[in-house]
Amino acid sequence: MINSFLAEPAWIALRLSLKVACWATLLDLLFGVALGYLLARKRFPGRELLDALLTLPMVMPPTVLGYYLLVVIGRHGVIGAWLQRTFGINLIFTWQAAVIAAAVVAFPLVLKGARAAFETVDTQLEQAAKVLGISPFGVFLRVTLPLAWRGVLGGALLAFARSMGEFGATLMVAGSIPGKTQTLSIAVYEAVQAGQDDSANLLVIITSVVCIAVLIAANKLTPNRNPQA
Amino acid sequence: MQINIDIGKTLRSGSRTFELRAQLTSSSQRIVIYGPSGAGKSLLLKAVAGLSTPDRGHIEVAGRRLFDSGGGIDVPAQRRQLAYLFQDYALFPHLNVRQNIAFGLQRGWRNPLARVDGEAVRYWLQAFELEHVAHQLPHQLSGGQRQRVALARALAPEPQALLLDEPFAALDPGLRQRMRAELDALQCRLGIPMLLITHDPEDVRAFGDHVLRMENGSMAEIRDMDIVERNEA
Repeated sequence: MINSFLAEPAWIALRLSLKVACWATLLDLLFGVALGYLLARKRFPGRELLDALLTLPMVMPPTVLGYYLLVVIGRHGVIGAWLQRTFGINLIFTWQAAVIAAAVVAFPLVLKGARAAFETVDTQLEQAAKVLGISPFGVFLRVTLPLAWRGVLGGALLAFARSMGEFGATLMVAGSIPGKTQTLSIAVYEAVQAGQDDSANLLVIITSVVCIAVLIAANKLTPNRNPQA
Repeated sequence: MQINIDIGKTLRSGSRTFELRAQLTSSSQRIVIYGPSGAGKSLLLKAVAGLSTPDRGHIEVAGRRLFDSGGGIDVPAQRRQLAYLFQDYALFPHLNVRQNIAFGLQRGWRNPLARVDGEAVRYWLQAFELEHVAHQLPHQLSGGQRQRVALARALAPEPQALLLDEPFAALDPGLRQRMRAELDALQCRLGIPMLLITHDPEDVRAFGDHVLRMENGSMAEIRDMDIVERNEA
């Protein structure tokens, strides 16, 4: 009985969406923490330009992003052709392509959260740790990150929610293959197109519940106005 | 402490420039640099600690060449073996008193545990009467306790000299007198050389075996305390 329930298209789409969102968020965390720290702490020419470029996915139409992604990871794309030639890997119309699309679209949320969080950490604390003999990476792990993690995690949760809802770019690079690349948001679109209102209702409710839960968690983690309390 | 400093650094901010030219040679155990805020005292202290790099010159403390622009020497702050007491103490807000004191004793990538123990931690908790607040976080401490934790944290790794940046400015006037006496006794007991920067003539009176005056980035010797008094008036 549970098995047949889990085989429902809606649950398959939910599981796929969760998988895609998890991987996308992990990727974003990795790059977002590194680049957010760089932007918050290092002075270099073109710093604000880099920030603007990395924030672009937030304001660009998803279709434009999807097109850029095809140019880069498509069969004839810069990286896509190389992957095909060297490893025989084709990313287009796979769930991995959906991960890349979601990661790119949601990246600015992690980056902004991480940069803001690192900027609130008093540099004097890092200097104090340095004088006490702690290596630069040790200072980052022992002082900077523990004082910034709330902001970083808040950004990551927003990115997770955004990844769950990603539609346009995902459709262009991953398509809509049921059980393989058809995520929750794409399944909603297909269900409405096919006039399957029951199925659409269920999918919409699931999406809403997951997103609300994630947003509540993100709000709880957002740096408290009074951290001493 | 054998200390020998001769450094220069130019800071530019928009159209304004600030020129630091600091010379200091001393074998005194207690050196005080006195001057108004904005004179470049903090910049000098940060250069000694390795937190700021001078444009030119050399820094030598206790027989070790820490910086020499000519010889290409610039020992990283991590390996200068100096203690630094920040004006507002810069205690790690996410770590309790124990962890703060043990911070420099445990190298590597992980912080000491909340229940960290050991001979050094016990010694410093006792020396500064901090046992009953050992598990508390910095924001739960009084001003005097914060300063004690900061001193214990700085001294625990057994540094070769103690650098102090306006150590009593963050305290209530009533407490200042007491903490001065405490630092005085501590310095005598440990025999650790110290370099203190301040704009408070009281600090000069209490610790100034060798006093220098700093203004607009330049330094001059002070032999006569009257100059300090007159400047204050």
